[in-house]
Amino acid sequence: MPLELDISHLHYSQVNKILRDYIEKGEREFILRGVNGHRYLFAGISAEIKAQLYGTPGLDLGAFMRGPEIRVFGNVQDGAGNTMDEGKIVVHGMAGDVVGYAMRGGKIHIYGDVGYRVGIHMKAYMDKVPVIIIGGKAGDFLGEYMAGGIIILLGMHSIYPERPLAGLFLGTGMHGGTIYVRGKVKESYLGLGLKPYALDGEDEKILEKHLKEYCDDFGLDLSEILKEDFIKIIPYTHRPYGKLYAY
Amino acid sequence: MWNLTLRAKEISGCGIAGIIHKKGELIPGEMILKAICCQYERGNGLGAGFAAYGIYPDLAEYYALHVMAQNRQALEKVEEFLQKNTFLNFQEPIPTKRVKTIKNPPLFKRYFVKPKLEEEEAEFCNLTAEDDRMVQLVMEINEKIEGAYVISSGKNMGVFKGVGFPDEIAEFFRIDEYKAFIWTAHNRFPTNTPGWWGGAHPFTILDWSIVHNGEISSYGTNRRYLELFGYKCTLLTDTEVVAYILDLLIRKHGLPLELACKAMAPPFWIEIDEMPEEERELYTALRILYGGAVLNGPFAILFAYNGGLVGLNDRVKLRPLVAASKGDLYFMASEEAAIRAICPDPEKIWAPKAGEPVIIEMEEGVIPNQKSYLKPRPVEVREDALRIGYIPPSLFSGK
Amino acid sequence: MGTPQFASFYPDFYIERLWEKCIKCRRCVKECSYGAHIWDEKKKTLLEDHTKCVGCHRCEAMCPTKAIIIRRHPSEFREHALWTPWFIKNIYKQADQGGVLLTSTGCALPFKNYFDHLVLDACQVTNPPIDPLREPMELRTYIGPKPEALEIEEVNGKFRLKKKLPPLIKLEVPIMFAAMSYGAISLHVHQGLARAARDLGTLYNTGEGGLHASLYEYGSNTIVQCASGRFGLHVDYLKAGVAIEIKIGQGAKPGIGGHLPGEKVTEEISKTRMIPVGSDALSPAPHHDIYSIEDLRGLIYALKEATEYKKLVFVKIAAVHNVAAIASGIVRAGADAVVIDGLKGGTGAAPTMFRDYIGIPIELAISAVDKRLREEGIRHRTSIIASGGIRSSADVVKAIALGADAVYIGTAALIAVGCTMCQRCYTGKCPWGIATNNPELIKRLPPEVAYEKIYNLVKAWAHEIKEMLGAMGINSIESLKGNRDKLRAVGLTKEEMEILEVKHAGE
Repeated sequence: MPLELDISHLHYSQVNKILRDYIEKGEREFILRGVNGHRYLFAGISAEIKAQLYGTPGLDLGAFMRGPEIRVFGNVQDGAGNTMDEGKIVVHGMAGDVVGYAMRGGKIHIYGDVGYRVGIHMKAYMDKVPVIIIGGKAGDFLGEYMAGGIIILLGMHSIYPERPLAGLFLGTGMHGGTIYVRGKVKESYLGLGLKPYALDGEDEKILEKHLKEYCDDFGLDLSEILKEDFIKIIPYTHRPYGKLYAY
Repeated sequence: MWNLTLRAKEISGCGIAGIIHKKGELIPGEMILKAICCQYERGNGLGAGFAAYGIYPDLAEYYALHVMAQNRQALEKVEEFLQKNTFLNFQEPIPTKRVKTIKNPPLFKRYFVKPKLEEEEAEFCNLTAEDDRMVQLVMEINEKIEGAYVISSGKNMGVFKGVGFPDEIAEFFRIDEYKAFIWTAHNRFPTNTPGWWGGAHPFTILDWSIVHNGEISSYGTNRRYLELFGYKCTLLTDTEVVAYILDLLIRKHGLPLELACKAMAPPFWIEIDEMPEEERELYTALRILYGGAVLNGPFAILFAYNGGLVGLNDRVKLRPLVAASKGDLYFMASEEAAIRAICPDPEKIWAPKAGEPVIIEMEEGVIPNQKSYLKPRPVEVREDALRIGYIPPSLFSGK
Repeated sequence: MGTPQFASFYPDFYIERLWEKCIKCRRCVKECSYGAHIWDEKKKTLLEDHTKCVGCHRCEAMCPTKAIIIRRHPSEFREHALWTPWFIKNIYKQADQGGVLLTSTGCALPFKNYFDHLVLDACQVTNPPIDPLREPMELRTYIGPKPEALEIEEVNGKFRLKKKLPPLIKLEVPIMFAAMSYGAISLHVHQGLARAARDLGTLYNTGEGGLHASLYEYGSNTIVQCASGRFGLHVDYLKAGVAIEIKIGQGAKPGIGGHLPGEKVTEEISKTRMIPVGSDALSPAPHHDIYSIEDLRGLIYALKEATEYKKLVFVKIAAVHNVAAIASGIVRAGADAVVIDGLKGGTGAAPTMFRDYIGIPIELAISAVDKRLREEGIRHRTSIIASGGIRSSADVVKAIALGADAVYIGTAALIAVGCTMCQRCYTGKCPWGIATNNPELIKRLPPEVAYEKIYNLVKAWAHEIKEMLGAMGINSIESLKGNRDKLRAVGLTKEEMEILEVKHAGE
């Protein structure tokens, strides 16, 4: 039985303290109700736990966390998964700006749209590869400075029919990692020097693996998603600015 | 012009003396005069002064303002200011005597007042509000009215000071005509700014009065620290700084006297490190918070208030201080001889340890408006300048 | 013939070989990581490529017969007050390569150095100087947030604290080691700094490149840095030290992020930073979660929450025009200490224009920030840490008298381990084994040597500080803090003195 808490009248520091105390005592599953604007929930928590959140969590949900699996029934505000290390955030709704900033591992699955500057400076090393999957559309600067990891942009569950799939400067300055986009993006929207590529067999395997998990999370049909072709964006060099300097 | 002479901080060496009667019996002025004159060599004729407690028993409920003025006009301005801001009960010139060696003394007058308070404050009618207002008014006069200085402003006490040797100043102010339950006196040896009557000791704020021997090398740090709490150091002397630190630590922050003294002359870290845990935490915190209040450099001070006399010297004993007692009389002075001059056979005579205050409070209930600072009191709350850093949980609903 | 490379025509340095002393042992060839010394196998002789010489003096120092002298290249341009060789050569470089001029260390221009225009006071007669060898002299300093007043209670006749203080950091000497990342400098230097910090009772700063596993044991003497690139930043790292420093900017390059050139991103660095080998480790100019002061509060509290309020959070900014207002905002945002890095602060790599022309001198910044925080009645609630161009113990004393609680030293610590200020840290080829990760080069500076030199330097400075305090007649450092009475200006303008809140000598 998950532990159910109404946190509507608690300060975020109290909530995290309570969570830490329960985790210490061995509690592994939580349901938090009355979430509204609480910042930093699960920030820095290092434990294999599960939580369901009802409401709108505030800034930096799951920042620096290592392990928790958080499912949000609602939208999330800015900074979700900030410098997240391991674990998972699933959002049954939209997400704000700067999702997964400097993410080092784990997964973020967003059902709907995301804001600006998502996945900035994601990193990876060996088998530690963070993944962000966005069901809706993304704002400008998606994957800026990307140094590793995977971003998958579907553009399917968007409330903004008038907007492009991804905003301007997609992957600008990326020097590692991969961005997959379902459908097409204007080349002029890509960061300087980047090009869209067709997927190879290896890509398809990766994509299918991550999307299957995504579909399981939201009860979606994988074949529906795979109906349309994907493109991938990878860095044209590990050192896009190597020639910038005169010595 | 007085103000123009005050460009640099005063530096002076000195001799000090103090007497208190624990039961509040009155001590004649000749006694303190004898004690301070015995330390004649410690001064150079450029300043002396006396503080006397218990001299205005009939007007004990009023703040006695001793005002020193350069001329009539300055006094008139002070009077205008007082009319506006206080209830004035009584005023008179401070009686003086012509002394041959004292040339062109300033004018001295005393006013017995209560400050007018804003309606809101008046409702509470608390003494703190009155004290605070009085401090403000004194600062305002000292800062804004040219040629006029309030040299003391406590209840039932007063300061008499000026340029000259102690015997000359005593004669000028007719010290032998006063009787007090606490006396302090000062004999000054300044290195500069001769002719500045305001530079003589004691310094006061409300009923705190201080006489001081030595130079405080941390003056610049102390002054800046005090400014954080709204104190304006206009007189540019070490002693003024001591007065305000006492006011801040004891009156506003509610520290017990002993700890306030320890804040000014703290134990060394090597001593603190070896204390038992609770004590170590206390002294560590005291040093961390009140680093700006540490009086560094050589000093011995005597400070008095309505109810007590305290002697304190610096933590490496760079200035002398001797204490003695006989019956209900307690004595403190720079030199043992000063005490022996007025009490040849004390029951006890001792040299206080460096940084260890000698605190003599009167017995309870022996004088009007008696104060005691032996116990900790609540901190006077002021608006937290950093309150944005803390959201009161009571107001929190999610943010 | 390709396009001529003008810059290569005019080398900066000249390698002079004293043939009568040279034994052709080829040590110089081995020592020079830039390839300026060449062994001609055919002619069995040594050659020099002056264009490659960076003036690091490694060969000169290591030559067993002292047969090498490194000089400025004697070739001269016609004198011109405006178009000095510096500007001419820079233009050649840029015309050749079309790039941003890159350099290392701190501002190299002869802007007025205010420390050199401030003199200290000493006691004569009216109060006694103190001899620190025989009498107590306290340098202990606490960094962190302080309440305004103590609440005391009396229990069984004894006074005790009603409420304990929040966590604070104790420094036995008010000198800490500035952020220099693992990557920018070698692991050996980091190890030396960490050990020296522990033995001196002070702190070193990891910089933004993460923390090597071997350094976790020095946690209680460690400040971990959180910069915009968030390299090597995870929960264990955040909890590893006693404080977390949010790096907003640094004096050497205000307004831009850190830059570890790809040459220095080796396998080991790639692992801690989680970026591809050989790629430039770029930190974004801003923290992308901080676009405004309220966002800074956001990150401060995110870090505090993540570390359960057990760590102090410092915020480091470059000293820029509005430094006073910014610092006040930082304190109000909840930072436990403000770090100000001045114009002269060093770096492993910065665009030359940034290094030399952006930011303001630290002396003015300290005074301005101290004054502002005092005016706002919050100076006593926080700590100011100053850095950027602290070269001696007298600079430390002056910085504290201007209002700092403690200082960081970076360049000085590197010079202590042998740096000759050749200003080529960005190449990753540091022949002294300091600013490099080349496994062969780092052997030249073993951690024990780094430790010993750094320890000695700070020990010596600490003693000098005690002597200077003693001469001023104060026996604990808190009485120096903000004490402008101990300073006098020599050769400063009225305005400068007003900003520094000091009087002129003779006043």
